[in-house]
Amino acid sequence: MRNSAWRIGAAIAVLATGLAACGGEPSTTTGGTAAASGGGDTIKVGLLHSLSGTMAISEVTVRDAELLAVEEINKAGGVLGKQLVPVAEDGASDWPTFAEKATKLIAQDKVATVFGGWTSASRKAMLPVFEKRKALLWYPVQYEGLESSPYIFYTGATTNQQIVPGLDYLKEKGKKKIFLVGSDYVFPRTANKIIKAYAAANGMQVLGEEYTPLGHTEYSTLVNKVVAAKPDAVFNTLNGDSNVAFFKQLKSAGVTAEQMPVMSVSVAEEEVKGIGVDNIAGHLVAWNYYQTTENPANAKFVEAFKAKYGADRVTSDPMEAGYNAVYLWAEAVKKAGTTEVEAVKKAAGGIALERPEGTVTIDGENQHMYKTARIGVIEPDGQIKEVWNSGKPIKPDPYLKTYSWAGGLT
Amino acid sequence: MTTTVRNVVRVAPPPAGPSWRGRLRAPAVFVLVAVLALVVAPLLLEPFRLGLLAKYLCFGIVALGIGLAWGQGGMLTLGQGVFFGLGGYAMGMYLKLHDAGGDLPDFMVWSGVEKLPALWVPFENPVFAVAFAVIGPVVLAVLLGSLVFRQRVRGAYFAILTQALAAATVILLVGQQGLTGGTNGLTNFFDLFGQDLAADGTQRGLYIVVAAVLGVLYLVAWQLVRSRFGRLLIAIRDGEDRVRFLGYNPATVKTVTFAVSAGMAGLAGALFVPVVGIISPALLGVVPSLELVVAVAVGGRFSLAGAVLGAVVMGYAKTSFSEQFADGWLYLQGALFILVMTLAPKGIFGLAATARDFVVSRRPRTGRPLMSTGTADIGGPLIEAQEPRA
Repeated sequence: MRNSAWRIGAAIAVLATGLAACGGEPSTTTGGTAAASGGGDTIKVGLLHSLSGTMAISEVTVRDAELLAVEEINKAGGVLGKQLVPVAEDGASDWPTFAEKATKLIAQDKVATVFGGWTSASRKAMLPVFEKRKALLWYPVQYEGLESSPYIFYTGATTNQQIVPGLDYLKEKGKKKIFLVGSDYVFPRTANKIIKAYAAANGMQVLGEEYTPLGHTEYSTLVNKVVAAKPDAVFNTLNGDSNVAFFKQLKSAGVTAEQMPVMSVSVAEEEVKGIGVDNIAGHLVAWNYYQTTENPANAKFVEAFKAKYGADRVTSDPMEAGYNAVYLWAEAVKKAGTTEVEAVKKAAGGIALERPEGTVTIDGENQHMYKTARIGVIEPDGQIKEVWNSGKPIKPDPYLKTYSWAGGLT
Repeated sequence: MTTTVRNVVRVAPPPAGPSWRGRLRAPAVFVLVAVLALVVAPLLLEPFRLGLLAKYLCFGIVALGIGLAWGQGGMLTLGQGVFFGLGGYAMGMYLKLHDAGGDLPDFMVWSGVEKLPALWVPFENPVFAVAFAVIGPVVLAVLLGSLVFRQRVRGAYFAILTQALAAATVILLVGQQGLTGGTNGLTNFFDLFGQDLAADGTQRGLYIVVAAVLGVLYLVAWQLVRSRFGRLLIAIRDGEDRVRFLGYNPATVKTVTFAVSAGMAGLAGALFVPVVGIISPALLGVVPSLELVVAVAVGGRFSLAGAVLGAVVMGYAKTSFSEQFADGWLYLQGALFILVMTLAPKGIFGLAATARDFVVSRRPRTGRPLMSTGTADIGGPLIEAQEPRA
C-alpha cells in the first residue's frame, strides 16, 4: 500500500505538471488578438508545415526559409511599420491535422496570413478551411495544377511552368519513347495524365506507367520493367525516400544518364544529398530555381541562409518559393495599406519582385506566379547546373487552357 | 483463480448490497458529466475548441468500443481504424454526392473518372449512408470474428491480423484514386442535411449530437458489461478454456462484442466526417488505430469510462502539446504515455480507483460494489499471460 500511495502521488504530480504546461499561454501569441486587425504594433503570420512525420525532412527546410524572410523583413522595419510575429504549427504529415491547425491559426491566433503546406493532399485538406473562413494561404510547392482557389496564392510552379517545359526539353533532345514512374497519389497521377496527353499530341510514345506507394523502397521489379521496355528517357514523379531506392537500383542495373536520362520533378538540392550524388549525377531535373541560379538576389539569399542555418545547408526551389511568398505577401500588404484579406488579394495582382529565381509576377486572375522554367543536370558535387531556361517568365496556366492538346483534361 | 470463478458466479447482486449512496454514486457522476458536456461546454468553449472537443468525443466513441473488446473481452484490436474509416467514407461519400448535386465529385473529375462508379450510387441516399456506416463495420466484424474466433485465434495473432487489415485497407484506398480520392481522401464538404457545415451553429449542433451519442452508447455498453453476457465476456477474457469447458461458446460472445465495438467505430467515423471535414486513409491506418489503443491504455482499459477518458485526454494532450511545442511535441506525448504506463499500469482511471481503494482500505467496509474497474486484482496474472505487451 505504501508503494501504491507513492505511485498515486507521483502520477498525480506528473499529470498536474503536464496539464500546467498545456494551460500556459503560448509564448508566440504575445502580440494579442488586436495585432492581426492592425491595431497593435505587430502582425501575426502563421507558418504551417510538417515538423514531424515523413514530410518533415522536406517541409522543415521551407519553414526555415520562411523564417529567414520574416527575420529579414523585420530587420528592414517590418510591414506597415509593424514587426511580423511568426506562429509555427506542426502539420505532422497528416492531412486532417493541417486542416485543424489552419483553423487554429485563423480562428484563435487570428493570423493575417498563413504560409504552408507541401503535399497536394495537405493543400486539398486546407483549402475548404481557408475558403470558408476567407483567409489567405500561400502554398510554396510545384503541384499538379487544375486548381485555383480564390484564397490560395500558389508560389510554386504549375504544370505549364515545370512539367510541360521538361517534356519540351526531352522532345527537343529527340527522346521519343518515355517511361513514367511515380508515387501513388494525386500529383503523379495527374501529372502523368497531362504527360500522356502531351505525348499523344507531340508524336511521343509512353511505353509504360508505374506507380508505387509513398515510402516504397523496393524497386528491382520496377527497374527491370523499365530496362526491358528500353525507353529513351524516364519521367520521374516519385516523392521522398522512394527516390533513393529507385536511383540506387537504376545504377546497379547498369543504366547510365547518357543512355537513359531520368527527368525528375520532385528532386531538388536537398533530395540529391539524401539520394547520394553518385547515384543520380548526370540525370535531369525541372524546376524554376537552383542554388546555382545566377542573380544578385540569389547570391544574397544563399549567403543569408547559410549564415543563419549553417554552411552545409543547401537551398532549393520549394524553399525559394516559400521565401518569396513572405516577400510577395508583405509587398501586397504595403500596397493595400492593410492586412485585410480582400484588400491584400486585390492589391496582389501585378506585383513584380526581383527574386532569387528572377522576376516573379503575381497573376491577379488565378493567383499563380509568372515563373521562368529551368532544366538542370545534376553535377558530381551535388549542385544542379542549368542547361536550358525558358528565357522569360511563363504565364501560369493551371488548367492548361492555352494548350490545344490539353483540351480533354479538364 | 478463485477470483475468476467467483466473478462468474456472482451474477446476482449480493443480498447485502452497497448503501443507497453507493448505488447512486455512478449515475450521479454520469449525470454530472453529461451536464458538463451537453450544457456547460457549449456555453464556455469558443466554436473552434468545441469542434476539437467534438473530435475527441468521436475518438471517445471508438475508444469505448476498444474498451469493450480489449478491456472487457481481452481482444486486442489494432485495426479499429478500418471500421472507423468505413463509417467515415460512407458519410463522406454521401456528403460529396450531395454537394456535387448530380455532377461528379471534384476529385473524380481530376482523376479522369467519367461516370459515377456503381459503388457510389447507393450513397446518394443519406439513410443508406448512415445505416451503412454502422451495419458495414458490424457485418465485416461478424465475418472476421466468426472466421477468426472459431479457429481460436487470439492474443498476439488476433492483434497482428487486425493490424494487417488496417495496413491493407490503406493501400487499397490510396491505390483507387478515382474511386476513393486516394491519399487526399474526401474533403471540402459544404452542407449537411441542409445545414451549412461552416456555420458555428451547425458545428455546435454536431457537438451536441456527438456528445449525446457517446452518452447513449456508454449506457448501452455499461449495461452490456453488467449483464450476464458481460460477465461471460470477462470470464472469457480471464480464462477462455474454462468458459468453454463450462459449456459456453466463447467464439459467439467474442464475435458479438467485436461487432458491437466495430459498429461503434463506424458510427464514430460517420460523426467525425462532418465535424472535422475530412476523411483520408491517414485516419484509419495502423498509426491512428494504435494511437486509440494507447489512449485506452492511458485512460484505463478495464473501465469503460477510463477508455473514453483516455481518448479525450490523449486528444487534448496532442492538440495542446503540438500547439505549445510545435517542434518536439511528439516526445512529450510519448513521455506522457510512458509515465502513465509505468506509474499507473491500469491507466488514469485505474489510478483513481486505486486511490479510492487506498482510502477505503483505511476504513473497512462490507459489500464493495462489484464492477470491473480493474481496481481489484481480478485475474491480473492471467491477463499478463494471455496478452502481448503493447
